[in-house]
Amino acid sequence: MADLTSEFVGIKSPNPFWLASAPPTDKEYNVRRAFDAGWGGVVWKTLGMEGPPVVNVNGPRYGAIWGADRRLLGLNNIELITDRPLEVNLREMKAVKRDYPDRALIASIMVPCEEEAWKAILPHVEETGADGIELNFGCPHGMAERGMGSAVGQVPEYIEMVTRWCKMYTRMPVIVKLTPNITNVLYPAEAAKRGGADAVSLINTINSITSVDLDNFAPEPMIDGKGTHGGYCGPAVKPIALNMVAEIARNPATADLPISGIGGVTTWRDAAEFLALGAGNVQVCTAVMTYGFKIVQEMISGLSEYMDSKDMTSVDQLVRKAVPNVTDWNQLNLNYVAKARIDQDACISCGRCFAACEDTSHQAIAMSEDRTFTVIDEECVACNLCVNVCPVEDCISMVPMEAGTTDPRTGKVVDPAYANWTTHPNNPSATAAE
Amino acid sequence: MVDDVFTPGIKAGRLEEGAYAAQFSDLHPPLDHHEALVAADRCYFCHDAPCITACPTDIDIPLFIRQIATGTPDAAAKTILGQNIMGGMCARVCPTEQLCEQSCVREVAEGKPVLIGQLQRYATDHLQQQGIHPFTRADATGKTVAVVGAGPAGLSCAHRLAMLGHDVVVYDARPKAGGLNEFGIAAYKTPNGFAQDEVDWLLKIGGICIETGKALGEGLTLDALKAKFDAVFLAIGLGGVNALGAQGEDKDGVTDAVDFIAELRQSSDLTALPIGRDVVVIGGGMTAIDAAVQAKLLGALNVTLVYRRGRDRMNASPFEQDLAASKGVRIVTHAVPVAVHGNGAVREIEFEYVDGAMKGTGEMLRLPADQVFKAIGQTLQGDGLPDLEGRKIAVTGAGRTSVKGVWAGGDCASGGDDLTVTAVAEGRDAAMDIHAALTA
Ligand SMILES: Cc1cc2nc3c(=O)[nH]c(=O)nc-3n(C[C@H](O)[C@H](O)[C@H](O)COP(=O)(O)OP(=O)(O)OC[C@H]3O[C@@H](n4cnc5c(N)ncnc54)[C@H](O)[C@@H]3O)c2cc1C
Ligand SMILES: Cc1cc2nc3c(=O)[nH]c(=O)nc-3n(C[C@H](O)[C@H](O)[C@H](O)COP(=O)(O)O)c2cc1C
Ligand code: SF4
Ligand code: SF4
Ligand code: SF4
Repeated sequence: MADLTSEFVGIKSPNPFWLASAPPTDKEYNVRRAFDAGWGGVVWKTLGMEGPPVVNVNGPRYGAIWGADRRLLGLNNIELITDRPLEVNLREMKAVKRDYPDRALIASIMVPCEEEAWKAILPHVEETGADGIELNFGCPHGMAERGMGSAVGQVPEYIEMVTRWCKMYTRMPVIVKLTPNITNVLYPAEAAKRGGADAVSLINTINSITSVDLDNFAPEPMIDGKGTHGGYCGPAVKPIALNMVAEIARNPATADLPISGIGGVTTWRDAAEFLALGAGNVQVCTAVMTYGFKIVQEMISGLSEYMDSKDMTSVDQLVRKAVPNVTDWNQLNLNYVAKARIDQDACISCGRCFAACEDTSHQAIAMSEDRTFTVIDEECVACNLCVNVCPVEDCISMVPMEAGTTDPRTGKVVDPAYANWTTHPNNPSATAAE
Repeated sequence: MVDDVFTPGIKAGRLEEGAYAAQFSDLHPPLDHHEALVAADRCYFCHDAPCITACPTDIDIPLFIRQIATGTPDAAAKTILGQNIMGGMCARVCPTEQLCEQSCVREVAEGKPVLIGQLQRYATDHLQQQGIHPFTRADATGKTVAVVGAGPAGLSCAHRLAMLGHDVVVYDARPKAGGLNEFGIAAYKTPNGFAQDEVDWLLKIGGICIETGKALGEGLTLDALKAKFDAVFLAIGLGGVNALGAQGEDKDGVTDAVDFIAELRQSSDLTALPIGRDVVVIGGGMTAIDAAVQAKLLGALNVTLVYRRGRDRMNASPFEQDLAASKGVRIVTHAVPVAVHGNGAVREIEFEYVDGAMKGTGEMLRLPADQVFKAIGQTLQGDGLPDLEGRKIAVTGAGRTSVKGVWAGGDCASGGDDLTVTAVAEGRDAAMDIHAALTA
C-alpha cells in the first residue's frame, strides 16, 4: 500500500487529509473524534482575540443546494469565527496536541488588523504546541464588516503586512488562507508570498445566496424574516477552487509557494485532483459536515489504491503532476480534431444529446424514425456537450481523428503539426509561424 | 420417443438440450458498472448504520458502498473480505431480505432497500476475477490447528488462523472442500463453479492444508487431533437427515432432498440428471424450496411442496416462497405425510390435513408422485463429540465447547441460524478466540 504520510511546510501528518477550520474543528470533543477516525490533521476553528467572543445568530445558519435524491451539492453558511473564549480553545488545543503528537494541529487566527493584536495572540498559540498557524483572511461575513477576514483578504497590501508581522512574532509556519471573493487570486497569493508566508490555503467560502423564500420574500437562510449573504462551500465550489489552485501553482512568481487545497473535497478523487494541480495537501469541511468523520477512510483507501495503480510510492509524486499541462487558451492545439461517437449498444434513446445539439449547438446529431441517434461528422465540432448531457456513462465518446484524414466538416486534412491561436491567420495580432 | 415433461416416471432429458443453461443461470445476474454506480448512489452513508448491525459478519456496508461509488471497487472488496472472507458467496446466498437489506433505512422508508447483496457481489467479483488475494500472513507462530469440516465455518476459521500466522490442516469427509457451498446451495445462486473458485482463492493465503476424504469418526478421533494439534475447530455441519415417520417411506423414489441437490450440484451434464414427472417435496425450509425449484427447473411437470404448518412459519423467507411460486411450484400447507403408496416404487403419497395445533383433521390429500424428496431438517451426526445442547454441540462465547482446546462453529454448534454468513462469522470469531488462547 502506498505511503500516504505527508509533510507540508515541515508539518508532518500520517496522511494529507486535514479538516478545514470550521465547526468540525471547533472543539476538543470533535477533534479527538476526528483524529480517532483517521484524519491526518486539523486546522482549529478560527480563534479571535482575547475578551468576550463573537456572538452567532441562533440559526438557521445554513442554506443548501441539492442534487437528485437530495444529495447535498452546496452549502452556504453565516457562521462566524469561534464563539468560545480564547482561553478555552487554547487549553483544549494543548490537550489534544499532547495526546495526538503525530497529527497536525494548526491554529486559524483572525484578529484586528493591528500589529499589537497579532503580537499579543501568537505567543499564546505557540504555547499550545500547535504546528503552525493559518491566517483567516477569507471569512466573507460578519467579520468583514469589522475590518477582518475577507476585508483584509481583498487588500493585498494588508495581507502582506499581516503576514510579515506573523513571521516576525512566531517561529511557527504561517499559512495564509485566501478568499475567493476577489477578481484575481494571484494578487493576494503574491502578497502573501512577499510577506514571507510559508504557504497559502484556498479557498475559503464564496459570497452567496442559495435560495429565496418565495412566500416571505427573503433570502435563505432566513432569520426572523431577514437573510444575508453567506459563504458557499461543498462539491459545487470545487471547480472554482481547482482553478484558483492551478493559477497559483503555474504562476512563476508563486509556483514554489506550497498550497493547501480546500473547496468541495468529498472523495479521494477530489483530493487527488487538488494534489495533481499543485496542492501539497487538502482540507475538508462540508463533506464531513454532510457525512461525518468516517469518510476519511474512503479517502485513505481510495488515494492509496490510486497511487498503487500509478506506481506512486509517496504523495509528493502526485503533487503538481498536472501543473505542466495547465496552459492558456491561446496555447491549445487548433489542429486537434475529434468527433463524437455514440455507442449504439449503450444508448438508451433518450434523445437528450439530440435536444442539446439540435437546439443549442451545431445540429450534428441525427435522429431516425426508430429513435436511433447518430453523429453527423460533417457538422460535429466535438464540443462535448452531448457527452455531458448523456445520462449513460461512456455512451458518447470523443474520438480523435488521425492525422492525414480529412475532416468532413471543414474539408481540410488533419495536420499532425501543433498550431495555436497565436499563429493563426485569423488572429489580427498573430505572429508568423516559425 | 424422446422424453419430455409429460413422460411418467423418473427420466432424464425432459427439456430441450439448450434449455438447461438458461434454467440454471444466475438468479440475480451481476450488476454492470453503470448499474452498480446507480445502486451505490442510493446509499445514504448512514451513521452507525442499521445494515451493519443486521449483517452477521458486521461488514462496514456504507464504507464499501462509498468505495464503489468513488470508483474503487477493489478497496470495497477489501472492506468486505476483511470482515467476511466468503463475502463473494454470501453476496449470492444471503437472504438479504431478512438481513442487511431488511434493515436498510431505505427499505424501511420506501420499501426499496439499497441493493447491498448485489453491490457486495460487484465488488468482490471485481477483485477476485483479477485473482488478487489482498491478505498476507503474519509471522509464523509455530502453532498448529486442526479444522474438521471444510464448509464456510471451517474455511473461514482456517483463513483467519492462517492470516494470524498459525498453520492449519482442514479435514473433510467429502472428496471436495466447500461444504454446502459446494454440495448444498441452489445451483442458480452460485453458477459457473464459483464455490470451488472461491475456495481456491481463499487458500491463496497459504498455510492451509486441505485433507479431503478424512472423516472424524472414521480413522480420525478427537483425542488424536487434540494430541497432535494445539487446538481443534469442529465445523462438521449437519450430516444427518430427519426421517418422515410415514408408512412406506422406504419405497423407491423417496430420497433425501440434500442428496438430490448434492447430485445436481456435482452433475457435469444436467441433461443426464433424471427427475420425476410428479414431484412432491416435504418440508418448509431453504432445502425444501431449493429442491422443489430445481426439480421444476429440471423439467418436472408438477412439483408440490407440502409443509405441516402455515406459510408464516416456514423457515424459507417470503422471497424464497415467492421464487418457488414464480417457477410454478405449488405450495400446500397444514398437511402431514401419513403413507407412501406404490408397488415397490412410489406412485402416490397421502397426507392428512392438520389444524394449527398439529392435530389431524381427518381430511386427506393424495398426490400423484413418482419422486418424493424429504427435507424436514438435518441433524448432527457423530459420536465422541463434546457435550451437546439440544441436538447441537454446546458452545459458549466464541465457540468454546465443553472440551478444553476444542472449539466449534457453524451449523453443528448451538446458537446461530443455519446460514452461510453465520457460519463464516462463527468461524472467524472462533479463530480470534483460538488465537488469543494460543498466544496468551
Ligand atoms: C439445500 C440447502 C440450501 C441452503 N441454502 C442456503 C442459502 O441460500 N443461504 C444461506 O445463507 N444458507 C443456506 N443454507 C445453509 C448453509 O448452507 C449452511 O448454514 C452452511 O453451509 C453451514 O456451514 P458449515 O460450515 O457449518 O457446514 P457445512 O457447509 O455443512 O460444512 C460441513 C463440512 O463438514 C464436513 N463433515 C461433516 N462431517 C464430517 C466428519 N465427521 N469428518 C470430517 N468432515 C465432516 C462436510 O463434508 C462438509 O464439508 C442451505 C443449506 C442447505 C442444506
Ligand atoms: C459553517 C462553516 C464555518 C466556517 N468557518 C470558518 C472559519 O471559522 N475559518 C475559516 O478559515 N474558514 C471557515 N469556513 C470555511 C472552510 O474552512 C472551508 O474553507 C470552506 O468550507 C470550503 O471547503 P469545503 O468545500 O470542504 O467546505 C467555514 C465553513 C463553514 C461551512
Ligand atoms: S443522450 Fe446518450 S443515451 Fe440519450 S440518445 Fe443521446 S447517446 Fe443515447
Ligand atoms: S454478508 Fe450477507 S448479510 Fe452481510 S452485508 Fe453481505 S449480503 Fe448482507
Ligand atoms: S442502511 Fe441503507 S442507506 Fe443506510 S448505510 Fe446501510 S445500505 Fe446505506
